[in-house]
Amino acid sequence: MIKTKDLQKNFAVRVKSGRFRREKRVVEAVAGVSLSIEAGEMVGYIGPNGAGKSTTLKMLTGVLSPSGGEVEVCGLQPVPQRTRLALRIGVVFGQRSQLWWDLPLHESFALLRHIYRVPAAEHAARLRRCRDLLDLDDFLDTPVRQLSLGQRMRGELTAALLHGPRVLFLDEPTIGLDVVSKQAVRSFLAELGATGDVTLVLTTHDLADIERLCERLVVIDHGRVVHDGTIEALHARYGSRRSLVADLSSPLPEGFVLPGATLVGVEADRHRVTFALDGVTAGAAVADLVTAVAIRDLSVVEPDIEDVVARLYAS
Amino acid sequence: MGELRAYVALAGAQARSAFSYRASFLIELVGNVGATVFDVLSVLVLFRATDRIGGFDLPEALLMTSITSSGFALADFAVGNVDRLKTYVRAGTLDAVLVRPLGALPQLLLMDLPMRKMLRVVFGVTVLAVALGLNDVDWTPARVLLVTLAPLSCAVFMGSIFVISASLAFWWVESGEIGSAFTYGGRDFASYPITVYGPAFRGLFAYALGFAFVAYQPALALLGRPDPLGLPAWAGFASPLVAIGAATVATIVWRIGIRQYRSTGS
Amino acid sequence: MAGKDASVLTISPDSPKRSSITTFGALVGSGFRRYTTYRQATIAGTFTNIVFGYLRCYVLLAVAASTLGGRPAGYDREQLATYVWLGQGLLSVIMLWAWSELAERIRTGDVAADLLRPVSPLTAYLAADLGRAGHAMLTRFIPPVVVGALCFPLHVPARWTTVPLFLLSVLLAVVVSFGCRYLVNATAYWLHDARGPILLWVLGAGVLGGLYFPLRLLPDWLAATLWLATPLPSILQTPLDVAAERDGPAMQAGLVGLQACWAVVLLTLAWIVQRRAERRLVVQGG
Repeated sequence: MIKTKDLQKNFAVRVKSGRFRREKRVVEAVAGVSLSIEAGEMVGYIGPNGAGKSTTLKMLTGVLSPSGGEVEVCGLQPVPQRTRLALRIGVVFGQRSQLWWDLPLHESFALLRHIYRVPAAEHAARLRRCRDLLDLDDFLDTPVRQLSLGQRMRGELTAALLHGPRVLFLDEPTIGLDVVSKQAVRSFLAELGATGDVTLVLTTHDLADIERLCERLVVIDHGRVVHDGTIEALHARYGSRRSLVADLSSPLPEGFVLPGATLVGVEADRHRVTFALDGVTAGAAVADLVTAVAIRDLSVVEPDIEDVVARLYAS
Repeated sequence: MGELRAYVALAGAQARSAFSYRASFLIELVGNVGATVFDVLSVLVLFRATDRIGGFDLPEALLMTSITSSGFALADFAVGNVDRLKTYVRAGTLDAVLVRPLGALPQLLLMDLPMRKMLRVVFGVTVLAVALGLNDVDWTPARVLLVTLAPLSCAVFMGSIFVISASLAFWWVESGEIGSAFTYGGRDFASYPITVYGPAFRGLFAYALGFAFVAYQPALALLGRPDPLGLPAWAGFASPLVAIGAATVATIVWRIGIRQYRSTGS
Repeated sequence: MAGKDASVLTISPDSPKRSSITTFGALVGSGFRRYTTYRQATIAGTFTNIVFGYLRCYVLLAVAASTLGGRPAGYDREQLATYVWLGQGLLSVIMLWAWSELAERIRTGDVAADLLRPVSPLTAYLAADLGRAGHAMLTRFIPPVVVGALCFPLHVPARWTTVPLFLLSVLLAVVVSFGCRYLVNATAYWLHDARGPILLWVLGAGVLGGLYFPLRLLPDWLAATLWLATPLPSILQTPLDVAAERDGPAMQAGLVGLQACWAVVLLTLAWIVQRRAERRLVVQGG
């Protein structure tokens, strides 16, 4: 569905050097990204600020032309075949609106039907579905400028889907939303992805979006792909581990060793300890631990994706 | 055909948006008519001090002013919006335009259809009719054709100037007011007989940029007056050609500009 | 704050009057500096003003050329050129165009932040505007005047008093223009959307301020009425007439005196409007 090969984008930036002189410097925003995304995949595209996420997305949607490499979306060249591609993709920019600011939401939808030349019956069916799933009915008659951010984002999602796109690009769709709206957007996207009809590519800074939605994670930094694979693969690669947190009735004895695990945290006068599980199951570790000390409370903590990604960005 | 309907729908939506601020809409409507009224008023006031400016009397000058002002109002109504391109480039609105299945320029123009500018066209045409009545025009079929073509050519020409000036934003986002030197400046230039300007300034605006053919030459042809500056009588009939030339240049500049935007982003 | 105790801030020991003058000066300075960052816009705007200078100058000179005695409305050719080119320079100083900063802040509710400051918004905006005008005087006034002087014979003042009087007149013009713009923007407190009033201001100020043509071209009774009944001629026409020495010394001084009256009246009005708006804001909430 999406194929890029050694995709590049350079920007020339003029930098002040000295009082009047300006030097031209080339910045590589995207420095050779090769991706292959199949139909129906849900891909999270993440990276620190300025890593080249939005630039890649703009090249995939036909807004920017690449400086080098090849790109193909839905079998089309994004820039030369922009209007044809536009009919097959949907785009949601979290930080700017695609809707008509002063018009009621439903008028924006009606207008999009004309712009994308969607048959009335199809349009109505898709709108019906979005209205149900996203609870749009309460604010369909409200001008967009009066909607809350969460309501507006639900409107934006609908607007991007009314022409039945094959690929949906989402640029930070949950930015600035409250917890409830985030949940609503995520479960809607999850449901959408589950049908397998739509390929989903989303950039985000909220890794909970990724955990909830994406099987596959592409991490980009300084314009290069530094990871492409499942979240589990990322954890495995960066050695992130589950851990065992235990509250003890008596302090942990000095020199205690739990086979297959490493002691990584000691708190509250050795009454609370944390072990990272290296090559042992949680069950085995717990069994070993109870035989040695009396335990009051116990929990197994999943590895935190934020930590992994933070380590990845830092390296 | 479907595409045309899409544009019509877009235009309708913009009209409804404008009406959603009813009070502002009315005030802006009045204000816009006021602006055109003042342009004509300025000419009348200047003629209080003298009976000839640059060798032309009031009815003759008014003919030039009214051709310019009706054509400019039409151009401003249709494409004047494009001067907001720099805002769109800076705010990234252009990206949202580029992911839709329609042409970028028509979408931008329809993003804010300035209904409030409509009345100016009506006012401009009214003044043109009055000016024609005040002058003793010897009507021939060619002149009837010219009097309908002249304001339209002026509109196409001015519209092209609008697009070219706005395209500057693709290369220079902070270009600020520089475009108005040629759009509004061009309108003011063409509102008076070009005989009033110094040779170098006139050479640049009138002939190099083509503003002589907006109103001055057509007005001479309508009045049957020889050009004191020496161009032949048929020069007045050249204004549609000059307008087509300008439109061609504008199209090319816009295309190159969009490509430039694509390769540099915002 | 590094290396300092987190002590409670105290009121500065200076006398209140002196410290408020310092504050005002600092605000003026920040207004000035803010505009130094808009260098490209300054260049673009200056270019445009110069193009319009040529247009207006040629037209007025053509009027003079065909007027009996060559003095339309009492200006000779050099005075007309001075009128046009100084006018093009002053345009940005007195800011005849749309200024909607305050109206925008009212519309978005950001104005609440202005009310939290210990300086009244009117004072703060006036100071910033004086700083802006100072910057414009240095960067945007001089280029059109230089271009005009190179291409056209300008009027050289015959009386030395004209120069200081002109500068005073420009300062008063900035204050009068500011007062008008502030009042126009303040309508947003009540109307929520000040675009209409701002548009009317831009229109009115351009024509009745003397930008399109010298107001002296109008019938005398009309010109006099405009001068006395509206502040608009005090914004552009007065400083230009002072510089062109269109009138004798007494009339010159009289016109500047009239400007001063308008400045006081408008600032007082703005002060009253601001107070009422604040009370309304406090009572009804943003």
